[in-house]
Amino acid sequence: MSLAYPHQSSSSVERPGWRKLVGFNIFTGIIGAVIGYIIGWYIGKALTTTPYYEYIRVNTLEDDLALILAYSFGVIGFLVGMGFANYPVGRMLGRPASLREKETGGAWRYFGLSTDHKVVGIQYLVGVGFFFFVGGLNAMLIRTELLHNTPEFVGPEKYLTIVGLHSVVMLGTLTSAVLGPFANYFVPIMIGARRMAFPRIEALTFWLLMAAGVILLSTIFFGGFPTGWTGYEPLNDQALMGMDSYILFFALVGISMVLLGMNMIVTIVTMRAPGVTWGRLPIFCWATFVTAVLMVLAAPMLIGTLLMAALDRAIGTSFFLTLGGGSAYLFENLFWFFGHPEVYVLALPGFGLILEMLPVFARKPLWGYRIAVAGFLGVGLMSFFVWQHHLFVSGINADLRPFYMLSTEIISIPTGFVFLAFIGTIWRSRITFTVPMLFCFAWAFNFLIGGASGVVLSDVPTNAQLHGSFFVIAHFHYTIMGGLGFAFVGAIYYYVPKMFGFKLNERIGKFQFWAMFLTFNATFLPIFALGLKGMARRVTFYPADLITLNRVVSIAAYLLFASMLLLVYNVVYSLVFERERATDNPWHSKGMEWQVPTPVPVDNFPDKIPDMRDFDPYDYGVPVSGGGAAPAPAGAGA
Amino acid sequence: MGKRITWTTVLLVIVCALVALYINSYTSAWPKVITVTNVPATRTANLELQTVGAVGEKLDQKNPDWVSYLVRSHGEWVHTTIWQVPAHTLIHVTIYQYDSESGLRNPYLGQVQGTIGGVMTLNGKVVNQINPDSAAHSFAIPSMGVFVPLEGVNEEEAEKKHDFCEEAPCELSQAHNTISFSFRTGAPGHYRWQCFVPCGAGYTFGNGGPMSTLGYMGGFLYVV
Amino acid sequence: MDEINHGRRFTIIWAVCTIIAVPLVIWVLGPNLGYGEASNAGEDQATTLTVLAAIATPFLLLVGLYLVYAAMFFRQPRGQMLEGPAVRDDAKVQISWIVVTSITVLILAVYGSVALIQNYGDGTGSGASPLNRPSHVGLRVQVIGQQWTWTYRWPEYGGVETPGIEIPVNTMIEFNVTSLDVIHSWTVKELGIKADANPQVNNIAFAEPNRLLSFEYRCTELCGIWHGAMYGFGRVVTRPQFEEWIHKMQIKYRPAEKYLPPFALTYQPKFGSHRAGFEEES
Repeated sequence: MSLAYPHQSSSSVERPGWRKLVGFNIFTGIIGAVIGYIIGWYIGKALTTTPYYEYIRVNTLEDDLALILAYSFGVIGFLVGMGFANYPVGRMLGRPASLREKETGGAWRYFGLSTDHKVVGIQYLVGVGFFFFVGGLNAMLIRTELLHNTPEFVGPEKYLTIVGLHSVVMLGTLTSAVLGPFANYFVPIMIGARRMAFPRIEALTFWLLMAAGVILLSTIFFGGFPTGWTGYEPLNDQALMGMDSYILFFALVGISMVLLGMNMIVTIVTMRAPGVTWGRLPIFCWATFVTAVLMVLAAPMLIGTLLMAALDRAIGTSFFLTLGGGSAYLFENLFWFFGHPEVYVLALPGFGLILEMLPVFARKPLWGYRIAVAGFLGVGLMSFFVWQHHLFVSGINADLRPFYMLSTEIISIPTGFVFLAFIGTIWRSRITFTVPMLFCFAWAFNFLIGGASGVVLSDVPTNAQLHGSFFVIAHFHYTIMGGLGFAFVGAIYYYVPKMFGFKLNERIGKFQFWAMFLTFNATFLPIFALGLKGMARRVTFYPADLITLNRVVSIAAYLLFASMLLLVYNVVYSLVFERERATDNPWHSKGMEWQVPTPVPVDNFPDKIPDMRDFDPYDYGVPVSGGGAAPAPAGAGA
Repeated sequence: MGKRITWTTVLLVIVCALVALYINSYTSAWPKVITVTNVPATRTANLELQTVGAVGEKLDQKNPDWVSYLVRSHGEWVHTTIWQVPAHTLIHVTIYQYDSESGLRNPYLGQVQGTIGGVMTLNGKVVNQINPDSAAHSFAIPSMGVFVPLEGVNEEEAEKKHDFCEEAPCELSQAHNTISFSFRTGAPGHYRWQCFVPCGAGYTFGNGGPMSTLGYMGGFLYVV
Repeated sequence: MDEINHGRRFTIIWAVCTIIAVPLVIWVLGPNLGYGEASNAGEDQATTLTVLAAIATPFLLLVGLYLVYAAMFFRQPRGQMLEGPAVRDDAKVQISWIVVTSITVLILAVYGSVALIQNYGDGTGSGASPLNRPSHVGLRVQVIGQQWTWTYRWPEYGGVETPGIEIPVNTMIEFNVTSLDVIHSWTVKELGIKADANPQVNNIAFAEPNRLLSFEYRCTELCGIWHGAMYGFGRVVTRPQFEEWIHKMQIKYRPAEKYLPPFALTYQPKFGSHRAGFEEES
């Protein structure tokens, strides 16, 4: 494999097998993690015997300080073991810059620090997929517990841990579900760049997420956590050590988000090829850009809040405890100031993916490009002004509520622009229902229901009926899973031929789509009904008249999980067994990412970066002159 | 091809095993169910309980420092909080309370409620409330309206006499208060019961730890 | 295909479906949406739900039917690779869409705000100083959330604390919701009340029940292991029945009065706060 960069350093030379095992890789990473964990634990325990600790009298049986330090040092040890410190330390010692790590060398590069954004994209895809499975498994446990109206399966406090794990795993990993795999892989190609702006940081965001996931799953060894994904104080303070896993997980995810967002912003702002102006940027890149801005602005709030929560737990401060001078409201507000932009971080990439795939299968240019971009910008901006709608009944100053009701209603306007672009693009188009296109249509249906239910919730009087009930659960599952989830799976079908060189089986894919779509709606439509009938969230005791409806939902949920397993089956079957080679551009897309060969060269383009000045990724359609459009043979058009 | 099938099968087996282990970690931690049987011909049943300051290594390796309820079953003290009792039956409850005073967070719950006569017998004397500041634990079944405060042992005095029970199971020779009361069960179902004294020492509001874990200060009454 | 006026055809289909669906939503689905015709707040919430559903219906039908229409009529003939018209923009369509959605949304916001203010918070917890207090509060009750049960105190009846609640019909009731430990939330779906119980904070909600019924109150903010079990049943009764009940309660719970702190809008419990600065050195 020849490398086009003229300044390649000696570290890009292939090393012998035994050297690979000894070097900085996943094995040294794990060893570093264990060593760091042990060091952190002992430092934490030693601190609890100091006079200061006696003075603040944190009379607790929980070793929160020790665990938090153990996790923190463990992560640092892991990152050092993976080789992230090599470049800064090497430069400080005067060694020349080593620009590339593990960009060539077969499957081994996927298990370590790689500076190739395409490798990181695939790492993300597998990592996010794994945690999606874990989250889904927890959802099945939840539904099993809810088959009875008293706790029979896992018990009342373990149920809270399962609910917490399901939601935290899903939210924490799906935050990067699109930016991680697809934006990392394709944005540089779409804008005509050879790499991301900060390749090592890009790899860091992935491994931070994996470390965070391991920390979160370790909560079951420390008693779990009882707060659900929102981590409300003061219950947060009261919880067992497992709560620290949640705190560290989200803090690391927050750091990963900030870095990922920053990397995306710098790449899109500074590394666009000549000709890729802001008005000609592919819509997916716009969605990525706005999402990245939200990540960079909102995640630090989360990190700071969790630091305060960790201090409350570990060393006895009272940021969130009224009896010590703090305020439980403070946590609610700080958390939701992050929490609301977070859900748009989840939704926006889905918008981008759908609008990117639509023109390909409608054979029409993207309609309403500017209004779609305006929609993204509007949603991004407004997302910072609506967070109090999670707090309508919590006793906030009543003067505020009409304002936040208004702002929340207003945010549905830019969201509507995305639908308008969708509608305009498929108007009088020529639709081919490939599997990705099916997912696009399903997205529209699901997000429509999710968005409409959001408008219902934003009204304060109805909020009184529906806050904290299953109606909210149905609302966010329709927007996040029905929206982002379906876009994500559709994008898998769409992009796998480019990323792996093999097509996913179309027949299984269509069956899997219908299974997923029908079971998804069969699961979550009745959940709206449950909410309207008053079923509260996060409970194991519920009125007996809701048992039948809960059982219907549980069975549909099991089938939904089965349909997701069908996706896994399709992936394994197509990529491991059938291995039907895909052409370079199986969808006949005009996007730049489809004009490069498969497999994509290490430096993205075979030789020079193409001239993007006349390049139009949405160059479909027959030019309209006066009246209607006459069909033209394929290949025609400017 | 054969290699692929082998590897896929191996990975599948590993994943299924991990999933099974994961699910098992949740479901295997249920406390045992102890059945309290009917005393024939009288439509009553007897429930003997003990509340202790530390459940001890012998009975519980996971959290030996935690306060806990114990139930007497076939002469032995068992560490579980899930008790099966017959429906529509008068249950006579005797609780041997060995733990030191903590104080009720809501003093209102210092009054006995939901028992026969609205009273309990504390060390032989019939009372309808205790000073809420001296409660060590309480026994409550909120959905049945039962709230019974359990008087605490004065730890300093008991230490001086060297008969404070440090670790369960506790003996009658050690400092304790005996509380007995009766209540009637109704229709079959699973009813939760809990302690209302913030006795989870070291946790915020005293309601974490043992108060928030099944098997220590809260559990179920399976009325069958 | 170009001879068909898709715009007109689709508009007709959509209009017909809307005309059929909206009355169905209002008169068939509407009465089944949510609970609570049983209080002023509940009635208003039920009406609002129906109004929102009725307004959402045309939009849902527009996009939903359009998806089906597009799937049926805008198809690629089998085996071909035809392309649609290369239209990228239409200012008229975009402006109309913006105008219609903005007006709808603003109407909804105004409608919601007016209902909220007119109905004294519409059963929601409105904080310690609500925007609009009714002039005719007939009864005050304090709802105390604690891990893991609800108790009630009656300031107009000597501050007696009861484990259950009965309230008189056709009386404007002021609920002062607070917590002794973590955040809970008191919800009565039949009466349309939902107010968070925040520690050391007073959260006020107003509701006027208008019929006799039994209701379930429940905790709807995750508060720990027995969060789901924090429910009970109360009743709306006639005023004389209520007076009789509260007097019975005063007699029954007189012993507890000896140790109860005086009635206050928030409480600082003495025990169970094992952290620095919370309790005095003993």
